[in-house]
Amino acid sequence: MARNLSGLNLKMETNTKHIIQVKDLTKIFGDFTAVNAISFKVNKGEIFGFLGANGAGKTTAMKMLIGISKPSKGAAQVAGFDVYTHPEDIKKNIGYMSQKFALYDDLTVKENITFFGGIYGLSRKRIKEKTHKLLAELGLEDIADELVGSLPLGWKQKLAFSVALLHDPKIVFLDEPTGGVDPITRRQFWEMIYKTAHNGTTIFVTTHYMDEAEYCDRVSIMVDGKIEALDSPKKLKQHFKVDNMNDVFLKLARG
Amino acid sequence: MGIKIKNISKSFKTVKALKNISFEVNEGELFGLIGPDGAGKTTLFRILTTLLIADEGTASVAGYDVLSHFKDIRNSVGYMPGRFSLYQDLTVEENLTFFATIFGTTIAENYDLIKDIYVQIEPFKNRRAGDLSGGMKQKLALSCALIHKPKVLFLDEPTTGVDPVSRKEFWDMLKRLQQKGITILVSTPYMDEAALCDRIALIQDGKILQIDSPQEIVKHHPKKIYNVRADNMYLLIESLKAYPDSYSIYPFGEFVHYSDKNTAFKSDKLRHYLEEKGLKNILIAETKATIEDTFMELAK
Repeated sequence: MARNLSGLNLKMETNTKHIIQVKDLTKIFGDFTAVNAISFKVNKGEIFGFLGANGAGKTTAMKMLIGISKPSKGAAQVAGFDVYTHPEDIKKNIGYMSQKFALYDDLTVKENITFFGGIYGLSRKRIKEKTHKLLAELGLEDIADELVGSLPLGWKQKLAFSVALLHDPKIVFLDEPTGGVDPITRRQFWEMIYKTAHNGTTIFVTTHYMDEAEYCDRVSIMVDGKIEALDSPKKLKQHFKVDNMNDVFLKLARG
Repeated sequence: MGIKIKNISKSFKTVKALKNISFEVNEGELFGLIGPDGAGKTTLFRILTTLLIADEGTASVAGYDVLSHFKDIRNSVGYMPGRFSLYQDLTVEENLTFFATIFGTTIAENYDLIKDIYVQIEPFKNRRAGDLSGGMKQKLALSCALIHKPKVLFLDEPTTGVDPVSRKEFWDMLKRLQQKGITILVSTPYMDEAALCDRIALIQDGKILQIDSPQEIVKHHPKKIYNVRADNMYLLIESLKAYPDSYSIYPFGEFVHYSDKNTAFKSDKLRHYLEEKGLKNILIAETKATIEDTFMELAK
């Protein structure tokens, strides 16, 4: 049954260039259509911004893509796996980080890394190597044995991002990673994103900061369950005849 | 009247949350407290709303001292905490009635003040507060904070995590409340909202970095800032970082905001350097410092 819902009916091209392919993806709760037949593709190594007002359906759509919520209709492939039939394979091949939950406050920096490394099935040796490398890159060696709860939010978020990349995922999903973070750390965070994308990992990110939308290669804007616009920030600004993404957003979301 | 804060300090165990803070908010002013998570904004709000006692210093709100007249303050201020703090199991209308009753008033008596905001959620007045969307919760919380007609309104990060459209609507509402004579102290991590305040205080690590109007505060930035753009953002940032004359480099939307160590900055020299790094479509143009630039410079 599930198999029929997926790639067999809706023929999807197997294109190695696209790491995410979504066709008419829909999620219905009772009589409410939270996600209404959205279609898009994300290229390998791309920074893809997934924008929309609160309640537009972003989180619901993202939950389907990361394999934790079954779609009502439509098709989607993430990292080459079907969301209906292979959600577990998707989870192994992606990283995920949200503003609300990312790390355990009651564990130390090192313990968090070890814990998530274990969850992702890395060997002890590999975890040790990764821990060493990660702490050095973030400059956190001195506080490796401190509780994560005692760290400033910005440090936590940078650490959480690195932890989401521990198992070298093909895609990393970031749900409002920089909310409430100070402006300098916010930029350092984006530099990490650039670096990660530069190394070939695809970034799928949501944000309410419209200057951050400008940092994306392409952005989609969701309004009431539908994708109303999808293009590079430059082209969107040209199309709506405005000079920043905030105005693009206001024009679309306000109607 | 308004708010007076003098030499306020507050520590939690070994953490100094507020370090000798002093400023005044004039009556009828819309004053912004701008700073990131952990700067001390919420601690200050809790001291001013008499929920927390400062270690040192004095403060008064609407003419009342926070220690000796805390009960008077509680009757004359509205407080909307950062975390949604209404009763999730009560309906919209029940929550509002509850807060009106506590302050010895009724919804009808002060309906005029909340009308603009409340009409937007009135169609859902029989819905439980816990079942409202984020934007509606925020409107209900504001209505409850206003129902006793406060002289001073405290709003702690009312727009954090809220999308740009709802954020704009919220600020339009604040402007209308200000016109009704209410003094407003509002905190936010969004620098673009700072521009909508009469005056702002930039706060970080428990210290005030600067206080001024949004128009004036950017003049505290000591450097000329240039918009730099090229075809590859990652390579551009890496290259600028390696440039010996660079003073600061911050990504800003489609540009990088660059400032140079030298006052006699030559854009041709930088352009030449970037071309050698393999960048194309290079643009270098002077731009004005924003509040965010100023914040980052002062916070350095």
